[in-house]
Amino acid sequence: MFKFKHPDHVPVHTLLIIGSIFMLFPFIWMIATSFKSQDEILSTSKKIVLLPDLARPGFLNGAEEKARINRKNDEAAAWQAEQAKPAAERNQKIRAPFQWLDNYLFALRAQPFYRFFLNTIFVSITVTSVSLFFASLAAYAFAFFNFPFKNTMFMLMLGTMMLPQQALLIPNYIVLSKIGWVNSYLALIVPWFASAYAVFFLRQFFMQLPKDLFEAATIDGCSRFQFYYKVVLPLSIPSMVTLGIFSFLANWNSFVWPLIVTNDTNLRVIQVGLSYFSSEAGTKWGPLMAASTMTILPLVIGYFLAQKQFVESQATTGMKE
Amino acid sequence: MANKRNKDWGAYLYLMPVLVILLAFHVLPIFYSLWVSFYEWDLIGQPEFVGAGNYSRLMDDPLFFKSLWNTIYYAAVSVPLSIMFSLIIAMLLNNPISAIGIYRTVYFIPVITSINAVAIVWNFIYHPDFGLLNKILDIFSIDPRAWLQDPTWAMPAIIFMSVWKGLGHNVIIFLAGLQNIPRHLYEAARIDGANRWQQFRHITWPLLSPTTFFIFTISVIGSFQVFSQVYMMTPRGGPLKSTMVVVYYLYRKAFEQFEFGYALAAAFVLFVIIFGCTLFNKLYLEKKVHYS
Repeated sequence: MFKFKHPDHVPVHTLLIIGSIFMLFPFIWMIATSFKSQDEILSTSKKIVLLPDLARPGFLNGAEEKARINRKNDEAAAWQAEQAKPAAERNQKIRAPFQWLDNYLFALRAQPFYRFFLNTIFVSITVTSVSLFFASLAAYAFAFFNFPFKNTMFMLMLGTMMLPQQALLIPNYIVLSKIGWVNSYLALIVPWFASAYAVFFLRQFFMQLPKDLFEAATIDGCSRFQFYYKVVLPLSIPSMVTLGIFSFLANWNSFVWPLIVTNDTNLRVIQVGLSYFSSEAGTKWGPLMAASTMTILPLVIGYFLAQKQFVESQATTGMKE
Repeated sequence: MANKRNKDWGAYLYLMPVLVILLAFHVLPIFYSLWVSFYEWDLIGQPEFVGAGNYSRLMDDPLFFKSLWNTIYYAAVSVPLSIMFSLIIAMLLNNPISAIGIYRTVYFIPVITSINAVAIVWNFIYHPDFGLLNKILDIFSIDPRAWLQDPTWAMPAIIFMSVWKGLGHNVIIFLAGLQNIPRHLYEAARIDGANRWQQFRHITWPLLSPTTFFIFTISVIGSFQVFSQVYMMTPRGGPLKSTMVVVYYLYRKAFEQFEFGYALAAAFVLFVIIFGCTLFNKLYLEKKVHYS
């Protein structure tokens, strides 16, 4: 049996495990529901059934398929009864191919989610890479150069971090609609090329690089830009990666701005597509949960891959004041 | 030397891209919105100057005050709840136990997921007939409720979900703060016979106050801007407008009713309120913060 090394930790673990179940259960429920049939989901029985009925007749396969599967199941049941087996094993019943993916297929058919995914990936990657490049240039200037109004510029930059984003939605929308960018990728991408947060974050990192290095390189005839891309950039890859993850995540989850500046279905990003699907789908909870799972899954996988970096940088950047 | 360097306008080449975009999309729009808020404008016709008309109309609109009240309700309940639970979890995680990394990961998962997807999941959990919550409550013989369709329960339901979603973020920050408190203080207190509550009251709470202050300020700003979950979970402001929050109100005014000047007046009032709260926190509450 498992033996506790520290018996006094048992209450701590108990509480933390209860909390973990509470944190995770909505996701487990979501994934389980995404594999259930409409009949299972809309059952008003008071019983809590987590696992989908794997032997159900596919609810999108049409009546004929349903009848066929029922017949086969009856045959199987009869055969099992003959064999005098105890309770019929569920997985002994015959299943239509891929019917457990019905909800996913339904969601993908109901809305062009492929397109939404492509849009989101395109926007996220473009914004992340360009904003990192721009931010690193500005952070480099703040960390290594002395120039007029340096402090004013830095305070201005920090000041923009304190503005409520929602207050900017409407004026930005007005400006973009006047220059004809509404309903274009430009509107989704260009306003996010500058991130004051990224400048601040990278500047803090660049400040730790030895100044002597810069002096020495300049004396050796290294230009400022050469120093930037030959010395500073390679040294800052870890912090750029952390920042890149943040930025990608924020872009993947961004909702209100794309909701406002795009009407065209072809330009929808995944979050907007999901919200439209949610208002159209009504009680089709299975496909809705499938769509939610598809939206969340790439993030969770990415999160597990980059977990260590992520949590640590959260802890340190969160505390800087 | 320093003087010569100080004429270094060339540095602005490096700042230019960020500066131009920040000015265009983050700084100037603030001034632009103040200007437009004095006009009546649907974006298609000519803007018509109405002076303070939008603001006086706003002050006469009961729905605006309702949305303001709902937002304050949301902030006043969700911020303390989130701080309380995340502090408890962070203190549990601050023990030298095994599997810390796993717990940290688990509690952080809702933070990284998108609010929309999560809102859909909770819509289903809150469903009056097929929802998980009513099924669980049934075990304890509690009557089912139509959570999101009931004017009394819609806002608490949204708050509950939002606390769940944001908890992990605060846990991580609290954990970092807790780890900065020197262990020897607790040992000294224990020798002096202080119990767990006294240790919390006289060591943890005061020494953690910079972190708590930081989380409090950030959370208040964030909760005044709540929008997505309200939009996804209770369409059109919820039952009897019980979940109509300010950002939803101005979203509706601008993008459904095309009253851009009026919406901007509301946005400006919101901006002033958020700024006022932050200033109050900074000037008044921060006096109670214990900086080492």
